[in-house]
Amino acid sequence: MFEISPAEWTAILLSLRVAVIATLVATPFGMGLAWLLARRDFWGKSVIDALVHLPLVLPPVVTGYLLLLTFGRRGLVGGFLADYLGIVFAFRWTGAALACGVMSFPLLVRPMRLSIEAIDRRLEQAAETLGAAPWKIFFTVTLPLALPGVLAGMVLGFAKAIGEFGATITFVSNIPGETQTISSAIYSLIQMPDGDAAAGRLVIISIVLALGALIAAEWFARRATARLHGN
Amino acid sequence: MLRVDVEKQLGDFSLHASFTSEGRVTGLFGASGAGKSSLVNMIAGLLRPDRGTIVIDGDVVDDTAARIHVPTYRRRIGYVFQDARLFPHLDVAQNLDYGRRMNRLAPDSAQHKRIIDLLDIGALLDRRPGKLSGGERQRVALGRALLSKPRLLLLDEPLGALDEGRKLEILPYLVRLRDEANVPMVYVSHDVAELRQLATQIVMLKQGRVTSFGGVKVLS
Repeated sequence: MFEISPAEWTAILLSLRVAVIATLVATPFGMGLAWLLARRDFWGKSVIDALVHLPLVLPPVVTGYLLLLTFGRRGLVGGFLADYLGIVFAFRWTGAALACGVMSFPLLVRPMRLSIEAIDRRLEQAAETLGAAPWKIFFTVTLPLALPGVLAGMVLGFAKAIGEFGATITFVSNIPGETQTISSAIYSLIQMPDGDAAAGRLVIISIVLALGALIAAEWFARRATARLHGN
Repeated sequence: MLRVDVEKQLGDFSLHASFTSEGRVTGLFGASGAGKSSLVNMIAGLLRPDRGTIVIDGDVVDDTAARIHVPTYRRRIGYVFQDARLFPHLDVAQNLDYGRRMNRLAPDSAQHKRIIDLLDIGALLDRRPGKLSGGERQRVALGRALLSKPRLLLLDEPLGALDEGRKLEILPYLVRLRDEANVPMVYVSHDVAELRQLATQIVMLKQGRVTSFGGVKVLS
């Protein structure tokens, strides 16, 4: 009964690849932004904060369409990248990764930001009196103490990326083997008369992946608290 | 030698302090709100004076006229805070080693052993700060500051967070440090008895001004 067909495997593996790449590429940007939002006051901070959260509240189809306008072949950025660097997003799995990265970004940044805000800044001051330059303080005090939050952000972002649908299908369509992720495969299957069994299998896999990610994120968050209390 | 001549406006409070100390332990004495911590934070470089100069061991670390402000991490000072501030993600041994690593100093096992013995913290090395008592934490913080080989050790009410019993437990270690560790100290306190035991010179602060300076007798 629970036999996964090659076509389904293709969608599952593509989803995993898209979500892994999206998460890995988004993490350093997310961490940098989380640090800026947690630690610096600058002009336009609330605008940046709102922009980061925009994909959370905007209809995904709007985000996808904006990505198409910007990163499509004829888009301002997409045209430049394609002509000068040979990087194409439109109707490619890389575009799916971009859409997933953008859509999951708010979820990825938030735990990182909260974990940096929770760090006692006096510890960083103590590190400085012990001779640590600012970048060393970041890597020896800030990052290790924020690490569980960073991982929690990555797990949440990954979970969101693996389930992303609206922006992805709008931006890169639903091409089996190239841009057809679990979500878009389910969408196609439930429109076919005999697709229920296959759709059911992918639905179960989605639930397992999402639940697993949430449990992992919760576990990391608890680790973070224990770490800050020095146990 | 420590030479301080600084001005700083902090809200309504104005600090204007000037003193030179050659003593082994310079006691900064004053009521809370007299500006002791601000002054120590300026010596540490955590706070920047509006005007003035700070010279540690002949090395100008602050001179507003010449636009000099050496950042804290390059001042080679040690700082023991009232709330030990040990790194919770590191065990005691790693906390003790932190300053040496950050300053890229070669391991000095003789000094390491001497300070661990002096402070009696050998039994705590593999514990996490969360599992230490207040007094133990403060001893580790002292060791951590000393092992970074500072040329000046700043102590801001290091006994302030401890109850009477614990204070009496730590005080002898501080006396030993003064006599054996060979690092000049600036010791902040509002406790006359503590300073009588430890300080060799007193700077008395009142509402941001130095009101008297001299030997321990100025406390009476």
